[in-house]
Amino acid sequence: MNKNIGSKKIIISNPLKLDCGKEINNFPIAYETYGELNSEKSNAILVFHALTGDQYVSGKNPITNKDGWWSYVVGENKPIDTSKFFVICANVIGGCMGSYGPSTINESTGKQIGTDFPIITINDMVNAQYELIKYLEIEKLFAVVGGSMGGMQVLQFVANFPNKAKLAIPIACTSSHSAQNIAFNELGRQAIMADSKWENGFYSNYKLNPDKGLAVARMAAHITYLSEKGLQEKFGRKLQDRDSLRYGFEADFQIESYLRYQGSVFVDRFDANSYLYITRAMDYFDLSKQYKGNLSDAFKKSKTKFFVISFTSDWLYPTSENREIVIALNSIGTDVGFVEIESDKGHDSFLLDVPSFLKTLGDYINSTYKIINERRI
Amino acid sequence: MKEEFNIISNLIEENTRVLDVGCGNGDLMKFLQKNKTKDIRGLEISKEKVQNCLSKGLTVIEGNAERDLKQFPKSSFDYVILSQTLQAFLNPELVINELLKVGKKVIVTIPNFGYWRVRLQLLFKGTMPVTENLPHEWYNTPNLHMCTIKDFYNFCSTKNIKIYKSIALKKSRISEINKSNLNYKNLDSHLGIFLIES
Repeated sequence: MNKNIGSKKIIISNPLKLDCGKEINNFPIAYETYGELNSEKSNAILVFHALTGDQYVSGKNPITNKDGWWSYVVGENKPIDTSKFFVICANVIGGCMGSYGPSTINESTGKQIGTDFPIITINDMVNAQYELIKYLEIEKLFAVVGGSMGGMQVLQFVANFPNKAKLAIPIACTSSHSAQNIAFNELGRQAIMADSKWENGFYSNYKLNPDKGLAVARMAAHITYLSEKGLQEKFGRKLQDRDSLRYGFEADFQIESYLRYQGSVFVDRFDANSYLYITRAMDYFDLSKQYKGNLSDAFKKSKTKFFVISFTSDWLYPTSENREIVIALNSIGTDVGFVEIESDKGHDSFLLDVPSFLKTLGDYINSTYKIINERRI
Repeated sequence: MKEEFNIISNLIEENTRVLDVGCGNGDLMKFLQKNKTKDIRGLEISKEKVQNCLSKGLTVIEGNAERDLKQFPKSSFDYVILSQTLQAFLNPELVINELLKVGKKVIVTIPNFGYWRVRLQLLFKGTMPVTENLPHEWYNTPNLHMCTIKDFYNFCSTKNIKIYKSIALKKSRISEINKSNLNYKNLDSHLGIFLIES
């Protein structure tokens, strides 16, 4: 299941102490890069992926043969222009695209690690990726950028490494996973664990895959990424390949067919245990708690410039939660910009073709890059 | 506009921290960035204008001054500017108080409703004034609380707000406002610019 065709990979030999208390070492990080690092090494942007993302930000994803997950944002002449910037993205630990995760083969047993894999956190993910930046010998990143769980990693990265990035752009995220967020993640995990083929996480030993459970998890989550208005406009009560109701439990409605499709393609590319581990990491994320309830303290040592973005129809990580990050930054005088982008596309807006988002993000990154470089001269 | 920017710029010391409340498309921010200080932020209610500012690389936050000024710590800016926006708030008094908390000094500019051209329209035409500086009709104006230079001057003395400097602008003519010429300046100026402190 652990696929990493064509991906760059390094083995981190430094021991990494995880939040759960365990220590890992000699573990793989799979990553991709786009564009060229300039001679001053001043044009590097580290992109963090979301729950079901991977290192294939742009271009063709070799696993799915589809466009990379952030093709609207990253690429030549895109908002993050790879003819100008050197873009790095790593698969998070816990993931299933080549980095150390539950589907990694344990060399001593020859079997997948499964649920013997330690519980990881957003903090652990970020610390692992820091090793990659060290390996690439980049003293200072121009920017760290990410949406959703990627945004959480942006916040954690700046908190852990206050002066490693000049600019931080957390998008559609939160500093603390809400009860509603945890509830939806728990629903997904229970769907996976209720699948009889899950086998307590050791399904690969039996050549099984809890794909039904994972598909249900994906279907439920997918709804949370959209908005009521978006769903209504796209699907309404339209029927799927039929003129009338069939009076049965087949997918009569287009929305049912769409969700079933989303579930079925997801299981081909994602590992069920990774879904459990990564959603858990998100649930455990509470940055202000790490700083004794004062979120501002997480950023106090940093001179990083921030740009926070939210979307009007995102009810999973609503504007109010993004604003809390802005308030915490303002209260310590951080250079922070903020805008809520108008969009009907729900939480997924950051991944989709939302022109005002793409334009603002691109213009902001480019003019900030220019301003920072001018100042240095 | 240019005259107002020049006057505001002259009131600001170099390399200080500035917040522009109601920064619009960021024209004043750009002007001050070029002439006075790099450390300038903006607060703006319109999404479109916020996006315009951010596109230029300006640090702007989408927000409402009546609600969102609270998040800035006391005296966290050397200057807070409110350019021709006070009249658009539901509660201008609250906004002034918030500005005085956040800024060590506050610069407020006011389109003067006491300007003789404005007065004449109401007096002779009997209709709500529409001028170059106040281009809206009564039914679509964003201006809820119009005031005159004299009103603002009196407001400051009633509320014990210290006026450091008060400047009247007529077309491109600049003059100082003081107690003795207040009535005249109130009649003959289209814009008042005040540097105040709590």
